[in-house]
Amino acid sequence: METMEKVAFSTPECMVDATMHYCPGCTHGIVHRLVAEAIDELGIREKCVGISPVGCAVYMYDYMNCDFIQAAHGRAPAVATGLSRALPETIVFTYQGDGDLAAIGTAEIVHAAARNERMTVIFVNNGIYGMTQGQYAPTTLIGQRTSTSPRGRSVEVEGYPIRVSEMLAALDGPTYIARAAVVSPPTVRQAKRAILRAFEAQVTYRGFGFVEVLSTCPTYWGMTPAEALKRAEEHVVPYYPLGELVDRRQGRETATRPE
Amino acid sequence: MEDHTDDPRLGDLVLLKGNEAVCEGAIWAGCRFFFGYPITPQNQIPEMMSRRMPEVGGTYLQAESELAAISMVHGASSAGARAMTSSSSPGISLMQEGLSYLAGAELPCVVVNIQRGGPGLGNIAGAQSDYLQAVSGAHGDMFLPVYAPGSVQEIYDFVAEAFDTADRVRGPVIVLADAMLGQMTEAMRPRVDACPPAPEKPWATVGARNRAPNLITSLYTQPDSLAQHNRRIRARFESETRELCRADECLTEDADVILVSYGISSRSCQTACELLRESGVRTGLFRPTVVRPFPEARLAQLAARARLVVSVEMSLGQLVKDVRLAVQGRAPVTVLGRPGGTYSTSPEIAEFVVTTLQQMAS
Repeated sequence: METMEKVAFSTPECMVDATMHYCPGCTHGIVHRLVAEAIDELGIREKCVGISPVGCAVYMYDYMNCDFIQAAHGRAPAVATGLSRALPETIVFTYQGDGDLAAIGTAEIVHAAARNERMTVIFVNNGIYGMTQGQYAPTTLIGQRTSTSPRGRSVEVEGYPIRVSEMLAALDGPTYIARAAVVSPPTVRQAKRAILRAFEAQVTYRGFGFVEVLSTCPTYWGMTPAEALKRAEEHVVPYYPLGELVDRRQGRETATRPE
Repeated sequence: MEDHTDDPRLGDLVLLKGNEAVCEGAIWAGCRFFFGYPITPQNQIPEMMSRRMPEVGGTYLQAESELAAISMVHGASSAGARAMTSSSSPGISLMQEGLSYLAGAELPCVVVNIQRGGPGLGNIAGAQSDYLQAVSGAHGDMFLPVYAPGSVQEIYDFVAEAFDTADRVRGPVIVLADAMLGQMTEAMRPRVDACPPAPEKPWATVGARNRAPNLITSLYTQPDSLAQHNRRIRARFESETRELCRADECLTEDADVILVSYGISSRSCQTACELLRESGVRTGLFRPTVVRPFPEARLAQLAARARLVVSVEMSLGQLVKDVRLAVQGRAPVTVLGRPGGTYSTSPEIAEFVVTTLQQMAS
């Protein structure tokens, strides 16, 4: 009997088949793939320009098969704005960690969202600074021990964590805001849907799409990858609820900015 | 300025403020993207751009800060567009991060600094105390051309030329003016010919259609590779700025006292030269119109037959550093520096020269 090979799984066209530098168990690998799949499914690879952050994902351009710009820390939404205004038909996305987006880049993300800039933002929130070896982030949870909160983050000293998605949802500008997670197969599938919609917010509805993706950092959480996924489900997700916070896609079918 | 010109490239005389000339020079050069933030004394630049950019099919966007504005320039320049921003001293400090990224990523752009008193919040008076900041640029080994206009006409001409220079060196170019030049209104002639088209930019990130992806970055993790990158940038800067070694000279043919000054303070120096000549001191003015690269060779020639070289600046000893480097001990060098937005008048400059010569003689 003849057998036929059927390809069940392959590298997306928008990804480069390279060995990644990320730690074992890092969820950047999953999120990169979801972004690449969304770009392939929408058929926009040749129009895409990605903007990489300062942080572990600075090297994203080594893994993605599209034009890329490496931006200053936190400034990716501003770089994206400049590019998008110069070339409105380009599909531009930023990919930022919690230091890049929620610390130094707080102003840039708020204003790009408020302007409903034509861009997609993937916010990878793992509640810690990985590249610089484990300091606390604006999204680190109360009680969490890190290299700069050795006694555990406290309300009195370091203040409260920031829920970025809810903060941006208070603005009239954004077209789509969701929070997803990549900590289990069901959450990964939901994250993929959210990322697709965040790209559609830009591609079809010419506006600002944003997905906060709860992720893990086994290395600096001091856990195995499996323990980290469990911690995320049990402690991180309850503080940062999953779901779609803003969906203004209907009603924004026509571009409002003069071209 | 004469009423008539034979040059077909130049239009009729118009009255423009320095800040307005920034806008018109940029528009002539094909700049269609301006991202800025308000700061006195350059607010007329974003205000005028907000009006003029849509008129010429361009984009004006007021950024949330200077930090964001320079990054927006980074994005537009990555797209291959001619883009610019402007600010004043404290805002330029905020833009220095972005300037370094633009330089490392080999991205052309124009940045105009309408200097004011500093450091810190300082004041809104014209000053020249960002000279060292401008010629060093920002962190890292930076090689960026710095123009130093001395009139509204030169602001227009230099901003216009800066875009071409930026494309040739593939990096940021600074135009260094100050509050007085920015606020003053003078007659000038705009260009009425067409600006030559910008060069092709195959490196731009416009979407990878039928080609391998482009990457615009300043990150080179291996020291050897970053070293090679730095040397390449320097070599291109040197070869593309050879004709930028420029200075205007006034009464230098027989001068044995040379005043060195740029921008607004050079204007008081012109009259000071005349005053000094009336009392028999043969003084001339050497006025660099580009301060990076600094016109060292010509200044060295003038210094060789001088008994005194005086740097006249609205700062406390910044321009004089480049003057000393150029003179290399061929003549005594001293500085008449006025900080905080103050300046020396022509009689004060003349008196300083006379007093200095007397002190040298005794």
